[in-house]
Amino acid sequence: MSKRVVIDPITRIEGHLRVEVEVDDNNVITKAWSSSTLWRGIEVILKGRTPMDVGLIVQRICGVCTYSHYRCGTEAVENALGVKIPLNAKYLRSLMQSSLYMHDHIVHFYHLHGLDWVDVVSALSADPALAAKVAMNYSDAPIAAGEGELKAVQARVKGLVDTGKLGPFANAYWGNGTYRFSPEQNLIALSHYLKALEVQRVAAEMLAIFGGKSPHPQSIVVGGVTSVRDMLSPARLQEWKQKHAIVQDFIERAYQADIVMAAEAFGTEASVLGGVNVSSFLCGDDFIMADGEFLFNQGVIIKGDLANVMDINPDIIREDVTHAWYKADGPQHPYEGTTIPDYTGFVERDTVYGKLPTIDGDGKYSWVKSPRYQEEPVEVGPLACLLVNYARGNQTVVNAVDGLLARTGLPLDALFTTLGRTAARMLQTVLVGQASLTTFDALLTNIQSDESTYVKPEIDSDKVYEGYSMIEAPRGMLSHWIRIKDGKVENYQAVVPTTWNAGPVDANGKMGPYEASLIGLKLEDPTKPLEVIRIIHSFDPCMACSVHVMDYKKHTLGQFKIDPNGF
Amino acid sequence: MDTHAALYKQGQERLDYLRQFAQRQPKSLQQKMADIGISRRDFIKWTASVTAMFALPLPFSNLVAEAAELADRVPLIWLHLAECTGCSESLIRTDSPNLDSLIFDHISLEYHETLMAAAGWQAEENLEHALETYKGRYLLAVEGAVPTANNGAYLTVGCKGHTGLHIVKEAAENAAAIISVGTCAAFGGVQAAAPNPTGAKGVHEVVNKTVINLGGCPPSEKNIVGTLMYFIMFGKLPALDMFNRPKWAYGARVHDNCERRGRFDAGEFVEEFGDEGAKEGYCLYKVGCKGPYTYNNCPTERFNHHTSWPVLAGHGCMGCSEPNFWDDMADFEKPLGRQLLHGIDATADTIGAVILGATVVGIGAHAVASVFAKPLEE
Repeated sequence: MSKRVVIDPITRIEGHLRVEVEVDDNNVITKAWSSSTLWRGIEVILKGRTPMDVGLIVQRICGVCTYSHYRCGTEAVENALGVKIPLNAKYLRSLMQSSLYMHDHIVHFYHLHGLDWVDVVSALSADPALAAKVAMNYSDAPIAAGEGELKAVQARVKGLVDTGKLGPFANAYWGNGTYRFSPEQNLIALSHYLKALEVQRVAAEMLAIFGGKSPHPQSIVVGGVTSVRDMLSPARLQEWKQKHAIVQDFIERAYQADIVMAAEAFGTEASVLGGVNVSSFLCGDDFIMADGEFLFNQGVIIKGDLANVMDINPDIIREDVTHAWYKADGPQHPYEGTTIPDYTGFVERDTVYGKLPTIDGDGKYSWVKSPRYQEEPVEVGPLACLLVNYARGNQTVVNAVDGLLARTGLPLDALFTTLGRTAARMLQTVLVGQASLTTFDALLTNIQSDESTYVKPEIDSDKVYEGYSMIEAPRGMLSHWIRIKDGKVENYQAVVPTTWNAGPVDANGKMGPYEASLIGLKLEDPTKPLEVIRIIHSFDPCMACSVHVMDYKKHTLGQFKIDPNGF
Repeated sequence: MDTHAALYKQGQERLDYLRQFAQRQPKSLQQKMADIGISRRDFIKWTASVTAMFALPLPFSNLVAEAAELADRVPLIWLHLAECTGCSESLIRTDSPNLDSLIFDHISLEYHETLMAAAGWQAEENLEHALETYKGRYLLAVEGAVPTANNGAYLTVGCKGHTGLHIVKEAAENAAAIISVGTCAAFGGVQAAAPNPTGAKGVHEVVNKTVINLGGCPPSEKNIVGTLMYFIMFGKLPALDMFNRPKWAYGARVHDNCERRGRFDAGEFVEEFGDEGAKEGYCLYKVGCKGPYTYNNCPTERFNHHTSWPVLAGHGCMGCSEPNFWDDMADFEKPLGRQLLHGIDATADTIGAVILGATVVGIGAHAVASVFAKPLEE
């Protein structure tokens, strides 16, 4: 007899995500559904506005990868108008992107994903002296892992637990058998959780130096970057470099060490050794190292064929809405996307928690569409980025991946797992942090002979413009698509990393990466589905990003049939 | 009794009230700070800076200190509605890191979807537990607008499939105070911009209670934490402006405290991003700065540990702490005085007319007049 498990809200993510699974008598997942439960209609709002405001508005799609949409939207407009921005502007945008990555990936691993790996309660029984020794196994010079500091961390957490009121740690999954760190390892990671709170602020300050603030920086415009004074100030440049050093140090001595530790402790934990069940991967070019040279190169792997990485062909991307809360005749290219909301709600049924409103898997069930490449579902994100670049023979990536595998004693196959996805994010952070120094030096060299940061864009209101931008955002390849007519936005679509990963099943019955990743997973206790939460978190969901609609043909939204008593 | 003395007394009474409640933690705050290496001296310095931020006389720093020590009695429930999580991201960037994170730890954070360990059914249990246990005593912070079209169906949260509209109404019912964190919760924000497809509204429009509005997209970490501290200290809402924004943070115009104000008065303007004026730090009014129409403390407090703010980074203020700024201030790179509304609302004449008529008549008129009265070198 199969049982339905409902998980809503999936916490420690950006936005609103519901996941449901069906388990068999052995508590093994046989079916899975991923649903976004919020629609905001931002692209509808863009219609008719000046393309110059697009960046600032689309930035509000997401406050976590806060800078990604700002840049991608601005660059889509530049692409449409044929604006070539100065080299300094490219470097500054890239440095802001690096700062964002360093911030975002640290916060994801420690504060969002961390509690899936770290049993806070177990850390209380650790021996701090032993833990300090254990930390030396994973780094030659561990951060925040000396005996004294570990003792203080333990005392601090113990104080909280003793009250019986755990605040944000209350009513969680402590003691679950899939937590595999020893008490000492848990204590080390917990100490880094607290230390990372401090370090992430410094990373955010890096972004604010050239961006004005973080989240939601405000220094890029169609045509370039506005923070020319900061760029020309030696004090400001050094401020960035100093903060970079602090954050990079933490990434290499703590984040990297903790992943090596996790690889050792969870190397035999079955629930994290699957989870990559879609074998096509996409990534974009990003992180400029010199004019025309990038740290990561774009490409696509179809059905696990690592020997034949292809260039992305933007013309064959389609979005399917068979099971999404929209109406459409068939899969559509982003330039042509017509989207009419068609909300159908939930259906009531028995679950492990009693009767609840649940996803109707036969019908429509999410505000996220299902993008497909050559009709294939595709995973995007740090893992996809590293796989594409590894398969392409990008030497920087090959060395980093081989280095990590050698360090952990794991085979290449280990990358195709939940653990591998989480490790790939760390490795990507290390590479981005290192490469940003090359970009920084390139900027220093360039500003000695060129101080330009902006070219004025021209719009001819008699012309129709079409353009797109593809960048590699922290959660994977992000593309924005725009059509400009009469000098105003006529159509706008964002095909977002989490849309690729979180979308529902398509017309051909093919599941997206989230849903596929859960099939075959065994749960220890279906009423406390930590294993599901951990796998979903390994993708780093960003739901507000993923939900988009723009309907430039219909001026009014569709009609809705909703039972007013249903909620 | 003068106003300050009365306020001080009120603060003391409030703290006496809080002292009745059981301590959540066995150790004193002071002891805990010592454990993690924060000295009493650092703590006093911090209380003085918070006191100054509220524009209160120094003796109030005693109250700030006492309030911090009693803060763990105040349960905080933080809801996420139609939002982008930018306000939570701002919250986690609080500066004076150790100390602020300590304060944050010691407010009893009962529910916050971005930070809490529990998920799904267990998370919902935590919310229900907090609403019941701390009835009438919890602080409610809301991030994000309330979608109201189609009975709120554009947002559901939780296993029970309740709408955001339902949840916020229920949580507001027994809240001691309600704080809308950010322009979305306060005024509807980006999703409420024309044509507002989801009927997004500010929290105060759907609950029958006073709501403190922290404008800003997002508000600075200081404006969020400072407002929480004010409530903890005095057990009442701070003085509010006409949009229910705390005056201590939103009492002054961005323009008046702007570091480039001297350039404005001298008629020195950036004509195009990246030009010589931009390198010299000239006024950004002509490339769209909305500082003259915007009330916030960005120029004095800045963001990210005082690192920067948009004007320092060479981009005009976009007016993000004002109601309807996405529509009223749109075409952000042009001065309000000159531009037409974007195509959606062709019936209005000029943005300037809308804004000036609605809110800041004298000020806006002054700003526009003084710019164009100057002999400008175009």
